[in-house]
Order: sequence, then C-alpha cells, then structure tokens
Amino acid sequence: MPRYYDTEITSRLMLGTAQYPSPAILAEAFKRSGAGIATVSVRREAGGERAGQAFWDMIGDLGAHVLPNTAGCHSVREAVTTAQMARELFDTDWIKLEVIGHADTLQPDPFGLVEAARILTDEGFKVFPYCTEDLVLCERLVEAGCRVLMPWGAPIGTGLGLNNVYGLRSLRAHFPDLPLVIDAGLGLPSQAAHAMELGYDAVLLNTAVAKAGDPVAMAEGFARALEAGRLGFEADPMEPRDMAAPSTPVLGRAFT
Amino acid sequence: MTDAITIRGAGIVGLCVATELMARGVHVTLRDPAPEPGAHGCSWWAGGMLAPFCEGMTAEEPVVRLGQQVADWWEAQGVEVIRRGSLVVTLQRDRRELDQFARRTTGHRLVSGEELAALEPHLADRHDRALYFQDEAHIDPRAALMHLRKRLQEAGARFEQDAAAPDGPVIDCRGLAAQDSLSDLRGVKGEMVVLRSADVTLNRPIRLLHPRFPLYIVPRGDGVFMLGATQIESEERWRASARSVMELLSAAYALHPAFGEAEVMEIGADARPAFPDNLPRITAKGETIHVNGLFRHGFLLSPAVARMTAGLVMRENQRPEFYHEDHG
Repeated sequence: MPRYYDTEITSRLMLGTAQYPSPAILAEAFKRSGAGIATVSVRREAGGERAGQAFWDMIGDLGAHVLPNTAGCHSVREAVTTAQMARELFDTDWIKLEVIGHADTLQPDPFGLVEAARILTDEGFKVFPYCTEDLVLCERLVEAGCRVLMPWGAPIGTGLGLNNVYGLRSLRAHFPDLPLVIDAGLGLPSQAAHAMELGYDAVLLNTAVAKAGDPVAMAEGFARALEAGRLGFEADPMEPRDMAAPSTPVLGRAFT
Repeated sequence: MTDAITIRGAGIVGLCVATELMARGVHVTLRDPAPEPGAHGCSWWAGGMLAPFCEGMTAEEPVVRLGQQVADWWEAQGVEVIRRGSLVVTLQRDRRELDQFARRTTGHRLVSGEELAALEPHLADRHDRALYFQDEAHIDPRAALMHLRKRLQEAGARFEQDAAAPDGPVIDCRGLAAQDSLSDLRGVKGEMVVLRSADVTLNRPIRLLHPRFPLYIVPRGDGVFMLGATQIESEERWRASARSVMELLSAAYALHPAFGEAEVMEIGADARPAFPDNLPRITAKGETIHVNGLFRHGFLLSPAVARMTAGLVMRENQRPEFYHEDHG
C-alpha cells in the first residue's frame, strides 16, 4: 500500500469531496469504496469565521486522512496563503498543491508550482503537487522537496482518462520509488485500472464519482477496478506479441 | 396539543405549518424576531421555481414526488402560480450535458430550435434544442410569503415579535437558527442577483447547464429577473462574493448578451438549512416538533411537510414521512 511522507494509507483511492448531491451520499461513497484520503477545498468554503466548519466536521468524520487542497488558486502567493490557512484549519502539514496556469484547461502552471512547492517545503509542509506528466517539471518538484507526484491523466473534470500513456509510463520508470498518483481527468473505472497496470500507486477522483448518476456505485466500481489493476501489475503480465500463440498445443497437425 | 400552538419562525416553513394548522381549526401564534418576511430570512432569497422534475437531477425521490402537488396548494392559497413549465438549455459545446440531464430526469420532452423559439422568442436562434418541462411552474416567493402572512392574520393567527422560546408545546421552524437544538443541521450558502432588463423577455424559468457555472433565471415580470443560485458548503450568510456574482452574471450574459446591459437591482446571500441527506425532517424532541432542513426546496416542499406536521399534531398520522425522534 502507498506511503506518503512516511504515512501508510491502506487504500489506493483518494476521493474529492465537492459536487456530491448531498453529504450523506458523499459519506456513503467513502464507506463503500474504502477511500483512504479525502481531499477538501479550503478556499471557497472558508469565508470568514470558519463558515465552512459544519461541512469540514463531516469530512473529519469520514474516517479518511484529510488532504486539503489549494484548488482554484492561480498564483503562488494565493496558493501559499491558502496552504497556510489549510494547515491551521485542518491541523495537518499535508497540502495538495494546485497552481492553475490556464483558465480554460485548468492546466497547472509548472513555474508557479515549483516556486510554491519550494516555499511550502521550506515552511515544513508535505507537498502533494498537482502537475503535468512532464519529466523535467517532475524532477524540479522533487528537487523542491516533493516526495509524491500527482500528474494529471487529463484536464480536471473531463473524464478523458490517460491522455499520454507514454509520458506516464516514462515518469513511472524514472521515479521507481516515489509514490505517483494520477490526479484528475478520469471518468471510468477501466481508466483507473489502466493507471494501476502502469504501476501507479493511487488515483484521485472527484467529478467521476460525484457527478455519476449513482455516486456510491461508481465509487465502489473504481475501488474494485483499482484492486484489479494493481493485482494485474503485481502479477507481472505477459508480454504482448503479434503472433498468435495457442494456449493448448495443437497435436496431430504438421508444423506449417 | 391541538387547541392552541406556538410556531417559532415565520419564514416559509412556519407560515405553511401555520396555514395547515389554522385550516384544521387550531389557534396558532407565530413568534419571530422580525415583524414581517424580509431579507433576514433565507426564504426571501428563494427562486420560487416549482420544478420537481428538474430538481430530480440531484435531489432524492421524495422531492420529485411531493413537489408535483405543490402548484395546486399555492393556487388554493390564492397565490398567483404561473404554469408555463420550464426550459433547460446548454451552450453549444456542452450539448452532452443536456442528454445526461434528460436521462436522469422525467417529465420533459426534447424540443427543437423552432419550438424553443415559439416558447421563448428571445432565445430564438440561440439554441438548437432544449428540454421542456411542461408541468413545472413558478411563483414570486416574496409575494407568496407576504400573502400567506396576510391571510393568516386575517384568519385570526397571532403574530408576536419575539425571539425567546415560549412555554408549552412549540413547533420550531426557525431554519438555521435551530442549530442550537439540531446538531446535524448545517448551512449551505447561496448567492443570487436580481436584474432588470427591458431588452429581454422570458416567459418561464430557464436553466442553463454548465459544468462550472450552472444558472437558472426566473422571470419576475416587469423586466425583472432573478439569477440563482450558488451552492457552497459554507454557513456564511452576510455577503455575496465577487467571484460568485461574476459567475452568475457571466452565465446570464452567455444565455443572452442583452443581460450585459441590464440594471443590477439586488445582490443577495444567505445560507439554506440542510441535513446531511438534504431532505427535510420533522423531529420530535421533548415537547417541541422541529420542522427544518428544507434546503433549496422551501417553496417546493414546505406545503407537503406542513401537511404532515399538521397531521402529526392532530394525531392523524403519528409517523409521517421525514419523521425523526431525537432523545438527545
């Protein structure tokens, strides 16, 4: 099971907590999927005087580790301030760092991300950066102190799956010992299974579950797909080949 | 407890419960810190859509079922109910959102661009298809609140301007203020904008599906439109954020560019009282019956919940739907 900054989590599923039809359905999705980490957005709910407290208390009761995020931050300063606020509100030094660089695609700003990761690491945060699968960016993030990487599969909320399988595979090969989490872009359990087959440690979902017609069933579907994909990875799959190879020897026929 | 009863809170829930009890011959006293319905209460900021089928997109089954009878109830009270249905549209690039909405809701039919133009001439050529929920309706929520209050007063209900808890049996309809007695009641912030435009006419509520900025627009007549509403897990009641207002206005502008020239009449914010499943509850706690958690369905569900509450008080039905007991 994945370890993030020396904390072992007994699930490969991280779930976001936004956009569910109700908190009751959110709680049930966690229960049925066994998701180990709950990400929560601080910025919009914060307001003054801890106006989001009632909701955050419910998240605290989910039984998952809370990973606050800086969703919606478009600058380094905004992200750093939000992280500091999150540390105070949730009493955790974990922060999922998002610095958005493009309003339409919500693509991470790689330059701002590295800068913010450095600042936050220096301040003692354990940073979970939402990044692209760019190898050089990921190296810079590790240099900045990140001990987990969270590359996107596709842009946030699109459900397009793993857009760049080659890039994600290279990343895994390059960082064999670092926890790698697919963050964003998944829509279907099969895509999560694929991420596992590539050797990724976990996936983070929100829209795929929250906006499904039956979020609870979808959460469970993803949990099972993660298990299937991971077993497939650990079982060392066969190599694909072009030539058909019968599983049963064909007797009584001459070789052709 | 069937001769006389005090209701705390004269918002949408309190007024509906009072109406149902008066109709059964119970003498009702309504106690509220404010003299009449207004900006202090979350009912004031409602959209007034009686749209059970559309709400079915995210709401649980009772909302769809119970909401279907509500237009008749409002009409029976003498409130003007505008029965012209409602429409759901998307921008061109989000077309598939409309298919999903159609799959997950009932009571609609797909209309072509021409039919849409006939229903809403000002949306002509802007959308090539829409979902038409013919049996939905809308009311002016503020007029409805004032009307219920006036009718109750005429029927002999007493109104006391007082925040304190009275002695004796009480029906507590205070909304979010009842957090002091209901531990899992939370506030869900909503923000809205009221615009006036002489350049756009809409005959019925329009919902614009958008992955980031969903919007509904309810025409209030005389060129006035209510734009709503955000839904944020926050209990902040006192301010609308610039971002939310900007999103509501951008979505309205995307629906029809003429809204860009509209006059901003009002910007409002409040927090809706809700339980974890976002369904209402009738909670018996000692001598008090709490009726709360109407969430975003105050005008849609309060009449049905009020009827159940009255049935409970009159001992017609000891375990109505939404009934809970709290021994804490």
